[in-house]
Amino acid sequence: MNTAATLEMNNATVVFGSGATRHTVLDRVSLLVRPGEFVSLIGPSGCGKSTVLNVFAGFVRCVAGTATLDSRAITRPGPDRSVVFQQYSLFPWLNVQRNVEYGLRALGVSRRVRAAKALRLLEHAGLAQYADRYPDQLSGGMKQRVGIIRAFATDPRVLLMDEPFSALDAQTRSTMQQLLTNIWEEHRISVLFVTHDVEEAVFLSDRVFVMSAAPGRVLRELSVALPRPRDADLVDTAAFLEHVHEIRVLVRREGLVGIGESPAGATHGEDLPEELELEQVLRALLRREGLVGIGESPAGTTHGEDLPEELERVL
Amino acid sequence: MKNQTDLTATLGPDLPSTLTLTSRAATRSSVPRDRARRLFWALVSTALSLGLFLLVWYIATLYRVELYVRFTNIPTPGAVFDAFIVQIQIPAFQTHIVNSVRRIAIGFGMAVIVAVPLGLAIGRYERFRALVYPAIDVLRPIPAIAWVPMSIMLWPTNETSICFITFLGAFYPILVNTIGGVTAIDAVYLRAARTLGASEMFLLRTVVLPAALPHIFTGATVGIGVAWVSLIAAEMISGQFGIGYFTWEAYALVQYADIALGMATIGLLGFLSSEIVRRAGELVMPGLAFRVQERH
Repeated sequence: MNTAATLEMNNATVVFGSGATRHTVLDRVSLLVRPGEFVSLIGPSGCGKSTVLNVFAGFVRCVAGTATLDSRAITRPGPDRSVVFQQYSLFPWLNVQRNVEYGLRALGVSRRVRAAKALRLLEHAGLAQYADRYPDQLSGGMKQRVGIIRAFATDPRVLLMDEPFSALDAQTRSTMQQLLTNIWEEHRISVLFVTHDVEEAVFLSDRVFVMSAAPGRVLRELSVALPRPRDADLVDTAAFLEHVHEIRVLVRREGLVGIGESPAGATHGEDLPEELELEQVLRALLRREGLVGIGESPAGTTHGEDLPEELERVL
Repeated sequence: MKNQTDLTATLGPDLPSTLTLTSRAATRSSVPRDRARRLFWALVSTALSLGLFLLVWYIATLYRVELYVRFTNIPTPGAVFDAFIVQIQIPAFQTHIVNSVRRIAIGFGMAVIVAVPLGLAIGRYERFRALVYPAIDVLRPIPAIAWVPMSIMLWPTNETSICFITFLGAFYPILVNTIGGVTAIDAVYLRAARTLGASEMFLLRTVVLPAALPHIFTGATVGIGVAWVSLIAAEMISGQFGIGYFTWEAYALVQYADIALGMATIGLLGFLSSEIVRRAGELVMPGLAFRVQERH
């Protein structure tokens, strides 16, 4: 097992397009992931948080500033930095076991050794009976679980996760968050986790970086001083909610500032703050009524459009 | 308890919905029975369709129908069957079939061997595409049959020139589809492979090729059909032996029943070879076979 690495970005600037479409995606972004630290990057859609991850992954180069892994400049993708993608990225032509083996195969590990390792990892995750299945035979949550296992198979020094749970339903999401935090506590690998879900960020992280949009900048860095190991009960504690509230206020303030300034602000600025406020009212109500922790509550499982109705019913 | 609005906002239309999984699980138990029933009805409808065709043919030739199209000299199904019984015992007929099948195997096989790697390279490397594709694109509209005279001059033997014509027929559909398959690959697979340490060669072999395979087999299915079209035309024009030559010769010798026999043989061989390509596809792409099955 490799030791966890330091991931650092120093005044990184990224520019996309040229001529009239040229725009700055990241503007002098600096952030640090210490060895064995779980860091989340949060911000509105289009703020460039995925770009930060892509720079670390080696997919995108910055025009100014540096991105380093243990002080060595990152120039291309490599197995020392595994990525878990937002979209399902399992190869549909390989079964689960062969997907997990893929990185080891690329490294030239013998068939026997890599099969043994893949099966061990799958067994550990309780997925051994799915080894022969193809990705299309798995649920979304299982696909991402296999995706995480595949990312771990090459013993990476850093794990880069790009909104890995955003395509999952609320229930599966919290299960996956619990699973990830368990795996992480076992391996203590350095993780950079990109998300737009405040609670997810707080639940998982040691530190949270909040970004603003157009151009992407790091707005603030917050430490999450919550005990580990963490489990689902944590989300009902006052300390957890305080952290969430603090970030939420920050994001909301940023959301209001963003109106009309950027494409991201234009699409989100109109409804995002409203939704956030609505959710907070609803949450406060639920808390007061002692309904905290109802995972299956309509508020969690139905769409945003239904919220006002739900609110009326609760009131 | 998550912000569902944000969640749906990020869900692109191309992302598979997790909700469909429940309906899948529910239908899974009845799949074998469904398949048996589907197979049964497929057989019944095939028999019915062929029977109807033979009946119309039989009636038209029995009464020597003349409705602008003239069935006066057309052999009856029975006469064609008699011709089949006679021909199958003559070694020359078997030689015709063997020759055509061999030409298809060589021409189509070479087309796969050349078009797939070329298509992968053209699809993946922008500069290679810019260098090679314009020339290919200019030659592409020329039908394989139009190559017959040139082919006879180009190749040392009649046999190789016929194989070349067959090759040309299969080449373009396979090439164009392979290129399309490579350009259609979801970038996330390429990125995933590269973060897992794949070198360019490894990526080509383990991601680009398998991801493009469904398209390649679409091209091969079209290609095998066009290969037959080209082969028969080439055999009719310049051949010695071959089922196309047999059909043309039957016309020259006024053997009407043999004309229809030649056509029926071509149809059957064409059908069988497409079926082989299809089966090969299922064998090579087990994951995809499952996906197609689930879609029903």
